Amino acid sequence: MSGAHAHGSAVDSLFVEAESAVHGLAPDAKLVALVGFVVAAALTPRTSVWAFGVYAVAIWLVVFVSHVPVRVVLRRLAVIVPFVIFAVLIPFIGGGEQTQVLGVSLSVDGLWAMWNILAKASIGATASIVLSATTRVPDVLTGLTRLRVPRVLVAIIAFMMRYLDLLVRQLGRMRTSMTARCHDPRWLWQVKPIASSAGALFVRSYERGERVHQAMLARGYTGTMPTLDRRPATAVDWSRAASLPLVAVVTLIVAVVL
Amino acid sequence: MTSVLAMHAPDGFLEPAVALVTGVLSVVVIVFGLRVAGRQLGDRQIPLAGIAAAFIFAAQMFNFPVAAGTTGHLLGGALAAILLGPWVGMVVVSVVVVVQALLFADGGLTALGYNVLNMAVVTAFGGWAVFRLARRFLPRNSTGVVGASALAAGVSVVLSAAAFSIEWLFGASAPVPFDTVFGAMVGVHVLIGIGEAVLTGLVVGAVMASRPNLVAGAADLDAEQRAQRGKVGMKPFVIGGVLASIVFATVVSQFAVDNPDGLEKVAIDQGFIESGTDHALDSFIFADYATSGVGNETLSLAIAGLFGTVVTLAVGFGLLSASRSGRRAAAI
Repeated sequence: MSGAHAHGSAVDSLFVEAESAVHGLAPDAKLVALVGFVVAAALTPRTSVWAFGVYAVAIWLVVFVSHVPVRVVLRRLAVIVPFVIFAVLIPFIGGGEQTQVLGVSLSVDGLWAMWNILAKASIGATASIVLSATTRVPDVLTGLTRLRVPRVLVAIIAFMMRYLDLLVRQLGRMRTSMTARCHDPRWLWQVKPIASSAGALFVRSYERGERVHQAMLARGYTGTMPTLDRRPATAVDWSRAASLPLVAVVTLIVAVVL
Repeated sequence: MTSVLAMHAPDGFLEPAVALVTGVLSVVVIVFGLRVAGRQLGDRQIPLAGIAAAFIFAAQMFNFPVAAGTTGHLLGGALAAILLGPWVGMVVVSVVVVVQALLFADGGLTALGYNVLNMAVVTAFGGWAVFRLARRFLPRNSTGVVGASALAAGVSVVLSAAAFSIEWLFGASAPVPFDTVFGAMVGVHVLIGIGEAVLTGLVVGAVMASRPNLVAGAADLDAEQRAQRGKVGMKPFVIGGVLASIVFATVVSQFAVDNPDGLEKVAIDQGFIESGTDHALDSFIFADYATSGVGNETLSLAIAGLFGTVVTLAVGFGLLSASRSGRRAAAI
């Protein structure tokens, strides 16, 4: 149900190996471009249908330039499906002025709301997918550090991403051994072994955290993480990355003024 | 499926103003939380919080059976608060929510403000508040901690749903009245809360059994009290949870009924229902949508006000007792 569930091994499958202008951009420029683009899209009035057309064309152009396979993007877009279902329900339960479509009474405002959520959610999600598909996790973290996100926060995220796959696999092994011992729960009151293994996983994770901390101390850790400085963002990076949010902001301004 | 509704809202789900306000709030709470967590954990903060975040992320992928064929998964806000303490727990769950939005496209970037607020801040501090309160009435031993954890986890999910509904009142993006959203959200989340309660109670129980010193919420117990464990069978546990939530749901639905209730009857009798519906606030701060289609605006504003107060009180109490126990931990 949670997004990562669909991808199996969570972290490794995020990045799509390819040579492209999008892959080569500096991560901080990419992050700023992503946030700028998504914010502009979120601020756009829902009645400016054409503007969302512009956003969709812009972000899908980036997808094509990045050589990320379309089916990868579409598969990851499945994350927003529950909200699509919710959005589709709105016209049926919404109040206000009603319209007749195929003999069914639908709320006009509800239809607009459905459109609003569908358009903004899919554009925002596509943009995030492009970022994670074209940027390795360590580069995303470098980008966040350069953008002055608190070091501690970035370091916690780094540890989380580093150990996520490991814990998920540990969980998988526990599940496998439970299944091997004929554990096949169907009802909520048969849930105890699952909860106990989650508890065991917590203890193991916590102890691993302590061990890792000891190992870090042994290697001279003083409380702040050293940063490996990768290639800093150049003016070329910024100007290339800026093209996406620039298109979006111009569209937004036109949409608001019109 | 529905469990995701309050959770991981995408871009455009609430109006930009709400996204901005909740965003600022969340940033302030996270930055402050990082400081407190840093004081409590020292230089262990980064590896411990990081791996704990990975644990919560992994735990959310752990599907458990609900009833033949249906599965749910843990949300983990209250669990993190009870195991790690509310501040560290809040930071850990926030990190999970932020990463899910940034890298997994699960939840919108512009929706991060209210997603972090509902899923991390409200669940951690609201859950912690309920946990502390319940501990007062439950025996001071391992069983008491497990019972309080279950209760806290169940209520935290409902609080989260209530928080979302209240944000909906301020920034609805669709013409669905507050009553409907509130009823549906809280109703569904009472059910989800049962699963969350059972699972959280059992997880905390498992940790209490092997490493009770790792449970931040049980730090005040001595070794003997930690060892005291009453035998509670699985079925009484689940049945108790279901009963508790039915009682809770009944209380909530009393507020959410569409028929005129006592309050409204009084209003009609006294003739101030007209003046009541024409509330100055309607067109001022509340989203037009959330109140436009409502049968009786006074009532829904009352529900919203009541639950706003409950959520705020719970989170406030959680914050207060968190900062108190934080000082105690610092003093030791």
